[in-house]
Amino acid sequence: MRFVDEFRDAEKAHALAARIAALCEPGRQYKLMEVCGGHTHTIYKHGLEDYLPESITLVHGPGCPVCVIPMGRVDDAIHLASQPDVIMTSFGDMMRVPGSKGAFFDAKAAGTDIRMVYSPLDSLKIARRNPDKRVVFMAIGFETTAPSTAMTILRAAAEGIDNFSVFCNHVTIIPAIKAILDSPDLRLDGFIGPGHVSTVIGCRPYEFIARDYGKPVVVAGFEPLDILQSIYMLMLQLAQRRSVVENQYARVVPWDGNVVALKAIGETMALRPYFEWRGLGFISHSALRVRENYAAFDAELLFNVPGVQVADPKACQCGEVLKGVLKPWECKVFGTACTPETPIGTCMVSPEGACAAYYNYGRLRRQRVPEAAEASRS
Amino acid sequence: MTPGAAHGGTTQDSSERGAAANPAAAVKENELPAHAHGHAPTVSDPEQRVLDRIDRARRRRPRVREERITMSHGSGGKASQTLIEAVFLEAFRNPLLEPLDDAARMDVGASRLAFTTDSFVVSPLFFPGGNIGDLAVNGTVNDLSVAGATPLYLSAGFILEEGLPVADLTKIVSTMRAAAEQAAVHVITGDTKVVERGKADGCYINTAGVGVIEHDTTLGVAQARPGDAIIVSGPIGDHGVTIMLARGELDIEADVTSDTAALNGLVAGLLSAVHGVHAMRDATRGGVATILNEIARAADVGVVVAEKDIPVRAEVRGAAELLGIDPMYVACEGRLVAVVDNAAADAALTAIRAHPLGAQAGIIGYVTDGPAGIVQLKTAFGGTRIVDLLVGDPLPRIC
Amino acid sequence: MCLGIPGEVIELLPDQPDLARVDVSGVRRVINVGLLCDEPPVPGEWVLIHVGFALSKIDENEAAAALQFLESIGKAYEDELAALRESLIE
Repeated sequence: MRFVDEFRDAEKAHALAARIAALCEPGRQYKLMEVCGGHTHTIYKHGLEDYLPESITLVHGPGCPVCVIPMGRVDDAIHLASQPDVIMTSFGDMMRVPGSKGAFFDAKAAGTDIRMVYSPLDSLKIARRNPDKRVVFMAIGFETTAPSTAMTILRAAAEGIDNFSVFCNHVTIIPAIKAILDSPDLRLDGFIGPGHVSTVIGCRPYEFIARDYGKPVVVAGFEPLDILQSIYMLMLQLAQRRSVVENQYARVVPWDGNVVALKAIGETMALRPYFEWRGLGFISHSALRVRENYAAFDAELLFNVPGVQVADPKACQCGEVLKGVLKPWECKVFGTACTPETPIGTCMVSPEGACAAYYNYGRLRRQRVPEAAEASRS
Repeated sequence: MTPGAAHGGTTQDSSERGAAANPAAAVKENELPAHAHGHAPTVSDPEQRVLDRIDRARRRRPRVREERITMSHGSGGKASQTLIEAVFLEAFRNPLLEPLDDAARMDVGASRLAFTTDSFVVSPLFFPGGNIGDLAVNGTVNDLSVAGATPLYLSAGFILEEGLPVADLTKIVSTMRAAAEQAAVHVITGDTKVVERGKADGCYINTAGVGVIEHDTTLGVAQARPGDAIIVSGPIGDHGVTIMLARGELDIEADVTSDTAALNGLVAGLLSAVHGVHAMRDATRGGVATILNEIARAADVGVVVAEKDIPVRAEVRGAAELLGIDPMYVACEGRLVAVVDNAAADAALTAIRAHPLGAQAGIIGYVTDGPAGIVQLKTAFGGTRIVDLLVGDPLPRIC
Repeated sequence: MCLGIPGEVIELLPDQPDLARVDVSGVRRVINVGLLCDEPPVPGEWVLIHVGFALSKIDENEAAAALQFLESIGKAYEDELAALRESLIE
């Protein structure tokens, strides 16, 4: 596959790994956070940590939009789905996320009409084909996905479709990163910046991280070599005592983002004053809702959504895992009570969740690359 | 200092290349504490304790926690397995059932027979490369073949939906006749039921098959031994992807067709050419990944496969990438996985490749002696990851 | 969720300005290119596909530059390896 296979070449990986190892200062530990769930997934899927020296730890961040959905919102969605004549449509990732009384999957088994779609446009198609039903789209995702929901709303409006609405759970990445930066539990050295979110918002929004917090940021692609190269670029900045935002994924990410996409979001959505993030608590101006002039497409207005706040199960430590404070295996219920088959928390359910990634792919004795310094001593 | 260490990856890389050809090297990689590389293992004690706890949890007795059946129970992955063990095996338990192989083996008089059953609920009924009819015949024939039996007789029970066009049924049945002729089996008994409109999705077919075991081999995934080679008979994922696209909901067009085929000729060729076949499995629901896990679990061994050695057609890979699914979990209907003694591996591969259905066969990996019960994949990129049993159901109703 | 796949634009659908047919490794799908309306893609160009929409064009020059960097690192690495090997022989 073009633009994919070239960035999966193992030989180039060895070269990068050597360079990365050579940049490690003897005796120093490095903590780099990859914000985006897609990066977490790639790292484990390709066994990337095998290429890194012991002194570099990758900390998995909160950029998994499924992982941060509180149980109460899942309950709300199931409530919506259970209304008469409603067809609920959702990405596959949501199907097994547990609410307080089960996930979409369980509701479906009990007879609720919940269907998996690959695009919000598929949801609109279902609305067109079922004029006597009310179709709701469970919109999740960061700024990567929000433009697609926005364009679908615009299309529905243009076509005068009156049986389609969106249950909007889009969240924004910068407040989450800021919450991490301000968290006293965590000392990070740098950030592997989200790749696809940046195609929409561009690279400027991360400048405050480098400027005000002194941490380098490298916006990274999703192939293994992209991530390794980004780590190399971060280590280079650290060695040179610089902290700026760099764009490793320049073949896809424009520095200024996608203006059309941002306009579509601006036209159809507005920032909520605050929103609850699972594990991170309430964060202000961190999520989107449908704008007033598109109220006809806002499921929260069309239906009576209970909006009950549901506390996470006591045993669940997703919050700390999402902040990168705990590694998946450090969670008390990891792998025993909480498994991909019987998930307690969202980190285990989503294919991008740190716990699922570690359980499904990474649960192994690892062999890492030794640091150049250590190697030269032996 | 060994020359390799300065370059970080090199030592590892050569041992990984070694692992593909020599399973002994793969085994050594995972040994603790002293090993060839000369640096300490990187998993800390607390992490190792957690990994051990997880291992114990995974070996616990299966229990179905759900109150209702969900689509996961039919996907061929973890939930399916749990259901089978906790409900069916629990209720029917007997020595002939316990192996839970593709077919049961029993002695009747002086003959050793294999007996299997299967149900086919695929939607849509007709798809590129075949229809529910040839799936039914080929699937049953294959379950008997991989048990080491020569397939002889099939039953065919039909559950028909009120409103199904008779022309469709005729087409399905004539396809079955052709498939049966091709496989040299006969349908000797059957049944028909009709249910109301809205049930049975057109047509469901249940089959049973009987064959006679002529080779004096003990076949079964529990027979896998460290050092055994694992062979796949051709490119994976064709059937499952074909069905997903044929449903027409995804607006994806591609030149993929189902690989449905009867493998009895290929198996006969393999078993007569080579001694040392320890197990064969028909790669259907759950895909190759599920079989690899079954091997690791049943024989309590490790399995290591190499991503670059697993044959996948470009279009299947493209469709899977677009949909975010892994071809290793996607169903095939005309592929087998064979576990063969190391010494017989090359001869087995030659025998399989000699048959047209096995032209693209290849050795994808080896059985190792640890960590037990775990399937590892060496990625094309050079790293390692686990291939666990499927959770959830990305491809509902494909066979 | 961050799943974005590169695909080659085969044709723009004549009666539907926002839609294009793309090819991913021989698999073809119709996607919405409305987010690229400022600079619509033409057949032969590559785009990044996410949930049925093209989010961005793939800049071939940048891709080539990225690969070149990786090659050069690889080359320098090979040179180093060779030098090291030679130095060991003595």
